[in-house]
Amino acid sequence: MMFKLGALIMHPASKYVLLALALLFPAMAANEYQIYVMATAFIWAIAVYGFNVITGYCGQLNLAHGGFFAIGAYAVALLTADYGWNFWPAFIGALVVTGVLGLLVGAVSLRLKEHYFAIFTLCVGFIIYLLLDKWEELTHGALGVRNIAAPDGFGLVNFRETIPVYYLILFFLVFIIWFTSRIQKSLLGRTFIAIRNGDDLAQSLGINLMRNKILAFVVSTVYAGLAGALYAGMIRFVGPEDGNILHTFNMIMYMLVGGIGTLFGPLLGTVGIVWITQSLQFLEEYRMIIFGPLLVILVIFFPLGIAGSFLTWMHRKAQALGLGSKKPQKESKVKTTAGREAENNA
Amino acid sequence: MLKVEHLTKMFGGLAAVNDVSVEFGANQINAIIGPNGAGKSTFFNLISGVHQPTSGRILLEGKDVTTMRCDHVAKLGVGRTFQTTNLFETATVLDNLIVGYRLRTNSGLWDVLINSKRLQAEEKAAREKAREALDFVGLTYAENRYIADCTQEERKRVAFALALATQPKIVLLDEPAAGVNPEETEGLADLMKKMVKHGLTVCLIEHKMDMIMGIADKIMVLDHGEKIAEGTPEEVKNNPVVIEAYLGSDHDAAA
Repeated sequence: MMFKLGALIMHPASKYVLLALALLFPAMAANEYQIYVMATAFIWAIAVYGFNVITGYCGQLNLAHGGFFAIGAYAVALLTADYGWNFWPAFIGALVVTGVLGLLVGAVSLRLKEHYFAIFTLCVGFIIYLLLDKWEELTHGALGVRNIAAPDGFGLVNFRETIPVYYLILFFLVFIIWFTSRIQKSLLGRTFIAIRNGDDLAQSLGINLMRNKILAFVVSTVYAGLAGALYAGMIRFVGPEDGNILHTFNMIMYMLVGGIGTLFGPLLGTVGIVWITQSLQFLEEYRMIIFGPLLVILVIFFPLGIAGSFLTWMHRKAQALGLGSKKPQKESKVKTTAGREAENNA
Repeated sequence: MLKVEHLTKMFGGLAAVNDVSVEFGANQINAIIGPNGAGKSTFFNLISGVHQPTSGRILLEGKDVTTMRCDHVAKLGVGRTFQTTNLFETATVLDNLIVGYRLRTNSGLWDVLINSKRLQAEEKAAREKAREALDFVGLTYAENRYIADCTQEERKRVAFALALATQPKIVLLDEPAAGVNPEETEGLADLMKKMVKHGLTVCLIEHKMDMIMGIADKIMVLDHGEKIAEGTPEEVKNNPVVIEAYLGSDHDAAA
């Protein structure tokens, strides 16, 4: 029964159901605030997808990820508010800036491995925050940036309103999920995963570690920059707190809960936790009393997250039921015995 | 096939590998034995390019690969397995093997974005090579099984298959039979013979003497980073220096 339900969720058509639900959400929402919360969740989900590329697939825990989100947001903010650019050129600019900075930071930090890399990027993240806060000539310091241009609309579509901006963000989220799924399935994604499994083995398979790690890093920072740029376009105010290291740890939580290294983990984790946080708003800071133990339980019993545990369970169930594996099993038995006989004869 | 000349690797003041010269013939099973800490794994790391030697030369089919980086050495046809192989536990055996052929492909991020013909062709080729390797090691039946659900022996075979999927000419096997029972050890020995029969050159580090003596064409003995003996299993077995290295000098007195 549970398996059948699972199979239904795994069905290729269910992603269209999910998309339809997302498209209909504004009609189902009780008020504009809920749409706004959902749009924010989608923005974070885009950033978490980037985190998943570098950390989930490639295995490098980049604690500067939130910093790149802030850089994307500030790039749009400063280019539109201070330099009078329109939103879309500034948006492209934000992607270029986060990509180039990602390349520079990646080329230096990826020389370090494992926890040294994590510690180094933690420092990079904090330096980004300090720069946003203290470099007043460029970033306006603690005051933050106001008067950020909204995304330019077309025809009757005005992205200053919540519903159109919700669809704009949804569009980018769908694109990001599609692109990530393409990476994950491709030889490139397999290369990243080989690196996660271990540097030694990966390089013995002829994989250029540095080039692939940098590529994954740049892809992840561009995702973060994209999310940050959309954030600046929707909220239309950015401040140094957007570069707070806490955002990085929130994203780690979203990723772990949803399922690290899975395609739908980032979406599940982000949307799920954002809504749980919203519904526990009345508890204020005390909600961490609920969150803390919840996270501990999850990490102990579901280390693969919701999506990862689900997929593993489904796979084992399918194997146990003999679905799809019966045929190869018979063939192989014939082959191996034949092979052994041939060897014996020889 | 593989020729090593005066190879030395210093870690600080310690010579992990000291002035080792040896030649491994093509289409043979070559074994490297020696007590723990003799420098066997370091020797493999030097050949495969993980470490750069302090001095000496490494020639692969006459080509100097001494200072070459690991991924380039792999492309030239040096496959390798490790004492422990970290694989993607919650992915299927086949999924873990497909990346093995990656080094013979060229697709990048752009190919992924536009789903290019090249990427599709290369992915198909990689899948075929993975299946071939799986068939070679006799694991086709476990194609869809998670690595986490495989036995120790099956994991060893997956590690072999992964090395084979890179289409190597020579494979370096680091303790391939560690942690498997005698019966399975025999199966792995047969697999190594099969590799040689298919034109590969095998180099292995192993502690299981019965197996080594049975399959090796040539044995090199390392002790404290130095080569103390070299020859056929018969020659090595009766070499007093080897006996001393393994059993200590008291052996003679006791005997």
